[in-house]
Amino acid sequence: MSIISTEKLTRSFGAFTAVNAITFDVKEGEIFGFLGANGAGKTTALKMLTGLLAPTSGKAMVAGYDVWREPEQVKRRIGYMSQRFSLYEDLTIRENIRLFGGIYGLRLADIKTKTARLLEKLALEADADKLVGALPLGWKQKLAFSVALLHEPRIVFLDEPTSGVDPLTRRQFWELIYEAAHIGVTLMVTTHFMEEAEYCGRVSMMVDGRIEALDTPRNLKTQYDAKNMDEVFRKIARG
Amino acid sequence: MSQIILENISKSYGPLLAAQDISFEVSKGEIFGLIGPDGAGKTTLFRILATLLLADSGTARICGLDCVKEYRQIRKIIGYMPGRFSLYQDLTVEENLEFFAAVFGSSIKANYDLIAPIYVQIEPFKNRRAGALSGGMKQKLALCCALIHKPEVLFLDEPGTGVDPVSRQEFWEMLASLRAHGITMLVSTPNMDEAELCDRVALLQKGKIMAIDTPKGITSGFKSPLLAVRSVDMYQLIKDLRDMEGVADCYAFGEYAHLKFRESTTLSLTLTNEILAFLNAKNHQNIEIKPVQATIEDCFIEFIKH
Amino acid sequence: MNRFSAFVQKEFRHILRDRRTLLILFGMPVVQVLLFGFVLTNEIKNANIAVLDPSKDLESIALTSKLMSSGYFHLEKMLDSPSELDPAFRSGKIKMAIVYPPDFARQLQAGTAQLQLIGDASDPNTATTLINYANATIADYQQEKAVNSGVIPVKSLMVVQTRMRYNPEQKGVFNFVPGVMTLILMLVAAMMTSITIAKEKELGTMEVLLVSPLQPIQIILGKTAPYLVLTLLNAFIVVLLGIFVFGMPLRGSIFLLAAECVLYMFVALSLGIFISTKAKDQMTAMFISALGLMMPTMLLSGFIFPRESMPVPLQVIGNVIPATWFNPIIKGIMIKGVGLDVLWKQTLVLGAMAVFFLGLSLKNFKDRL
Repeated sequence: MSIISTEKLTRSFGAFTAVNAITFDVKEGEIFGFLGANGAGKTTALKMLTGLLAPTSGKAMVAGYDVWREPEQVKRRIGYMSQRFSLYEDLTIRENIRLFGGIYGLRLADIKTKTARLLEKLALEADADKLVGALPLGWKQKLAFSVALLHEPRIVFLDEPTSGVDPLTRRQFWELIYEAAHIGVTLMVTTHFMEEAEYCGRVSMMVDGRIEALDTPRNLKTQYDAKNMDEVFRKIARG
Repeated sequence: MSQIILENISKSYGPLLAAQDISFEVSKGEIFGLIGPDGAGKTTLFRILATLLLADSGTARICGLDCVKEYRQIRKIIGYMPGRFSLYQDLTVEENLEFFAAVFGSSIKANYDLIAPIYVQIEPFKNRRAGALSGGMKQKLALCCALIHKPEVLFLDEPGTGVDPVSRQEFWEMLASLRAHGITMLVSTPNMDEAELCDRVALLQKGKIMAIDTPKGITSGFKSPLLAVRSVDMYQLIKDLRDMEGVADCYAFGEYAHLKFRESTTLSLTLTNEILAFLNAKNHQNIEIKPVQATIEDCFIEFIKH
Repeated sequence: MNRFSAFVQKEFRHILRDRRTLLILFGMPVVQVLLFGFVLTNEIKNANIAVLDPSKDLESIALTSKLMSSGYFHLEKMLDSPSELDPAFRSGKIKMAIVYPPDFARQLQAGTAQLQLIGDASDPNTATTLINYANATIADYQQEKAVNSGVIPVKSLMVVQTRMRYNPEQKGVFNFVPGVMTLILMLVAAMMTSITIAKEKELGTMEVLLVSPLQPIQIILGKTAPYLVLTLLNAFIVVLLGIFVFGMPLRGSIFLLAAECVLYMFVALSLGIFISTKAKDQMTAMFISALGLMMPTMLLSGFIFPRESMPVPLQVIGNVIPATWFNPIIKGIMIKGVGLDVLWKQTLVLGAMAVFFLGLSLKNFKDRL
């Protein structure tokens, strides 16, 4: 079953078409890489999928709802984590969890049990009352991802989740992503960072507002006779 | 003689140790890579070498000049490209280049030969404001500006960040061609793949150098037998493999999991069959097993863990 | 092209390409001078008043009409009974009321007439000003009457004559134009310099400049020179506005005025540079400039509130504000037509401030990060 499905989704700004009739499906529990260079239209597409921007034409269904018609239904069922902003650095870990639990309307008792479970899983019990700003980058990202899962969303959008972290932390982070996918959460990873693409189940490659390729990394590498996704990207971008 | 010499450089910001006892040398015409994640201390080292920051202890010399006492002379012979795009966005491509040439008492004409191979690519846009350029073109312009006075030593702090793979590859090709002019280059990157494009690299983590060598030297130092394994369910695969007898480590590496055995283990068909049987028993589908060469990333993880 | 001219050229390009900067540089001074000049005067014209005149005799009618012809008052309402006073004030329609006794002319004949002036002291400044205007007009009326009748009332034997010199009509503009000049020059010179230097830090270009062979003094001069020129131009515009729009005189030497403006701008520029050595980004630079320079310049230099009526500590603080010294210089030259023989003290203080702040900011300007 498709959890995300778009049909000729298009967005123009004046004469410029940022997203040009993209059509794709994402299956439930999939880790989908949404790739493209800066300015290829990823961000605009993502805004339409999360109900922040109206499409010029076409439509997008997320978790069974038309995003533009029923954005509230969609928002309740999605989570979001970006590299730039995810948690308040001047609040403690516990306060952040409580805040985001509250924002998504969880009951206080639920927040409590979930906080305990989350802290135990990340082995952060001793640091629960420390400011998030004091945590190392890698920990912040793991925590941010866990908080994004707090309200049990069906889809989580991740924006360049592991750029700049060390290789070991990156793997620990991807294991969290695999674990979420394992229990049926759909992960949509937007990135221009090809190293991250290698970890996705399927990837789409956006160039100038269009999806130029969509397949598993393995098939793309075979198709383009490339040794890694970086090379795939270069071959697609050069046309 | 070494163009860049660092001896026991340390620098801390309050409790944060940004550089701990760093020593290395870079010879003329070499491309030396500082490889490490955000916060490893790469930028701190660049700033110390570019005479922007004073180290707490240790000495740094560039072309024989001391970074503290002779910083004025050093500033004349180095080119510096900071991590962030640091040109004037409201000036055009040409105006930026002219300005930096004038600052160094030079002109575009005087060193045109050096920048020509790079500049021709952005010359068609010379009347465009720098802010309106794509990431790749901004990077090329920044490189031109850093080269306009024909520096002896070039410092490039994360030039690949925010640039698409096509431009990044072109950028590295340009650096390789600059080697022919005898320019010494210190380049940093968080991207382990780029290590292979350097002559030598230092792996940096939390302000410490974990290893210095050629990329080959580093990967050949990885002694443990390594296999790449895949199956349909990556999450379960990693979990199961970690429980297997003789396995030292198991991590996801793209579509495969890298499976590291203890050093005493020898790779053999028997071992492969054992793994296959083990995974079959756990109901894994589409299993694939093959021996692999360790990458810089495998080595980096290894160094972090020890 | 040499380094310095390349730097200045680049700086002019930044300024000319940024609409916000241009607007602050040239739009704001003009708007501020016009606003302050027309709106923020302490003269009151056509204030609405009410008159309760039960006597309605020749004297009361003559006095009322004299009051109305002064230009300060506008007769909003004739009241019929004292009970209407309260609602009239409450509604806010009137600022003052004049209450005559039922037999005003007779009382006046007898020697002492009772006349009541009621002001709306919820706005004490306006009330006091209006009552003063009314008192002056009434005294005037009395005197005219005495002269006409040839009888000199005993009470009026000593008539106090007040004359305001230099600005006989006491035009607020004469106070505000110099005040606005001190403010504008401080704003443009100090705030814009601190912002422009902080901007280079914020965008990371300062890092590249520092690593170049440019000396700190070259960077500072290159950044400030364009603003010096533009601020001078601004000062010129403000003076022209003062003269041609508000009728300010320029009695003293124009060269001395220009020279003093340059001196004041040096103080402001060096303050701007000093702020930029402390501020990491544009926002901080703007905040420090606004709170640290603009507010004191407006409030403590004597531009809006007279320094004489301030508590001593505030007067002392006011002394370290450049505008406190520059304000009397402009007024002296433009309105009184005096020269350096009178203004040497203020000039010396400004000179000392310029040297002090320039030295301080040069010392603080680091050529490392």
